[in-house]
Amino acid sequence: MAFEEIKAGLEKYTADVEAKLVKNPERANLVPNRLYTPIDLGENFDYMTKLGFPGEYPYTRGVQPTMYRGRFWTMRMYAGFSTAEESNKRYRYLLANGGSGLSCAFDLPTQIGYDSTDPMAEGEVGKVGVAIDSLADMEILFDQISLDKVSTSMTINAPASVLLAMYIAVAEKQGVSADKLRGTIQNDILKEYAARGTYIFPPKPSMRLITNIFEYCSKNVPLWNTISISGYHIREAGSTASQEIAFTIADGIAYVEAAIKAGLDVDAFAGRLSFFWNAHNNVLEEVAKFRASRRVWSKVMKERFGAKKAKSMMLRVHTQTAGSMLTAQQPNNNIVRVALQTAAAVMGGTQSLHTNSKDEALALPTTESVTIALRTQQIVAYESGLADTVDPLGGSYYVEALTDKIEKEAWAYIEKIDEIGGAPEAIAKGYIQKEIQDSAYKWQMEIEKGDRIIVGVNKFTQEEEPPKNLLRVDGSVGKLQAEKIAALKARRDNAKVAETLAALEAGCADESVNLMPLILDAVRAYATEGEICGVMRKVFGEYQPHTTL
Amino acid sequence: MANIKVLVAKPGLDGHDRGAKVVARALRDAGFEVIYTGIRLTPEQIAEAALQDDVQVVALSLLSGAHNTLFPKVVELLKEKGLNDVLVIGGGVIPDADIPGLKAAGITEVFTPGTPTSKIVECINANVK
Repeated sequence: MAFEEIKAGLEKYTADVEAKLVKNPERANLVPNRLYTPIDLGENFDYMTKLGFPGEYPYTRGVQPTMYRGRFWTMRMYAGFSTAEESNKRYRYLLANGGSGLSCAFDLPTQIGYDSTDPMAEGEVGKVGVAIDSLADMEILFDQISLDKVSTSMTINAPASVLLAMYIAVAEKQGVSADKLRGTIQNDILKEYAARGTYIFPPKPSMRLITNIFEYCSKNVPLWNTISISGYHIREAGSTASQEIAFTIADGIAYVEAAIKAGLDVDAFAGRLSFFWNAHNNVLEEVAKFRASRRVWSKVMKERFGAKKAKSMMLRVHTQTAGSMLTAQQPNNNIVRVALQTAAAVMGGTQSLHTNSKDEALALPTTESVTIALRTQQIVAYESGLADTVDPLGGSYYVEALTDKIEKEAWAYIEKIDEIGGAPEAIAKGYIQKEIQDSAYKWQMEIEKGDRIIVGVNKFTQEEEPPKNLLRVDGSVGKLQAEKIAALKARRDNAKVAETLAALEAGCADESVNLMPLILDAVRAYATEGEICGVMRKVFGEYQPHTTL
Repeated sequence: MANIKVLVAKPGLDGHDRGAKVVARALRDAGFEVIYTGIRLTPEQIAEAALQDDVQVVALSLLSGAHNTLFPKVVELLKEKGLNDVLVIGGGVIPDADIPGLKAAGITEVFTPGTPTSKIVECINANVK
């Protein structure tokens, strides 16, 4: 029998190799097995259960039947800095150069619900993203960009409802109705508590805001992805590949449970849930991670939540290459890292991709370096052949074994988190944070001991000149935004603002109210983001983090 | 040099604390007594914590680009509280061009990405008063 023959052959091969290991030693610290064969998949490897066909349960091979043979992934470059005027220029540049979707980076005050004039915003205005204080800024941000033609992703979490409302209001002004809008809000508060840090409110009102969005969008903005359940930041914080998908899927389970508890039908909202993965350095491990994550999520949705629609079971994913793997040393090397990470994301079957720029370990990227990053995707798409067949690594003994291994590890974590009482509880207890921190520390110690080589950092180092031409955000952005807010407050109907904010405050205090329409009213009246979030802070209070070492 | 007390702190709104936590842990493993403040502290809160906890070192981490505003402010507030001997060091995504200015403002050393934690230990041992 073939399987027995392979087994015998493998035994002979292993014995032969090991007899010669003293003479022909292998490198130290190798994690995978020496060789993978059909033995690793097991004698009863069932193609239909494990893999199936693309676009079919369990979606291991991809969520669409033809994947990139139809059209490539969306090349979506995360961008935003300084003022709405500056960022609008960068968006139009990216679209003119073959970018196929927008991805907005907001500055930290915007992400945490502070106006640029708030004392907490000092030094941060316009730094890591664009400063948005009101609908007036949002109108400038999307000037000359038709919102019915472009899809827009917004990295916004705690105040996601406010920024989504602003987007809807800009569309109204362009004459585009909400049912035509395509895009994504990140809206994933659990990973903010666990790994990213831009939380505002405690878990309970935060989960309410999220389910309010699910409900509102299912009726009014049906093409919108209402959440991007994000492993990216968990991985950036130091987790392993398995932890990335496990903790994220555990978060996803919590959101689905919250929405069902709020009375929504699973198939009414689950099709608009999306995910966000990291494309890290280990190419084949990453490919396996993408494949395993689709298998796990489809099973969760089908078996745990009884979803009926195919769309509800598909893990659709945006990907970003790993920012934490960029090195400040020899920054040109990062172009190569990003190209390999891009290959991993594409062979893993991502739906959209942001590629980092070579200079991002030092500053925000320049136009030149962003262009190289975008071109990297285009080269992989048009020249590499990686996008020409569906799931090109399916059937690789190694990749299939690794997919199984990551899936198994992810389930073990999900079960552990279930035992703790779900992701919110596991975060409240600091369990998830601790697991991530331990992995991060292990990684750093491996580098310092030389067990893990990072080219240009702990091997092949060289003296170099400090890099030139880094992008600098003008320090005057804060002042400029303050002037804009003052002018806005002088020209808007302040009675109308007060009225909408009072209605919002009353709505916040009544859990049965969906807050989206009230937030939209306040946004339309040009209430500032800080005013809107201020009202919510007043009623909901603020999250007190659990800090562990 | 036993019992050197270090406050690892994150000023501003930046939530990236992988580096701060790794450094905090490495300093602890190197024998220092380490307090980690958590994220999103104002310079005032950091200076107050340094005073309350009677630390000899304040290690600031910031990846958001607000270092030129917030690092010097921490130094200034420490001085206001009479903590003139506290060693202040910093790290994060900080362009080389900003380092001379930060040093002039009283940040003794600035560590950029890729720095081994042993370098930070050495710096503290060499400079703590």
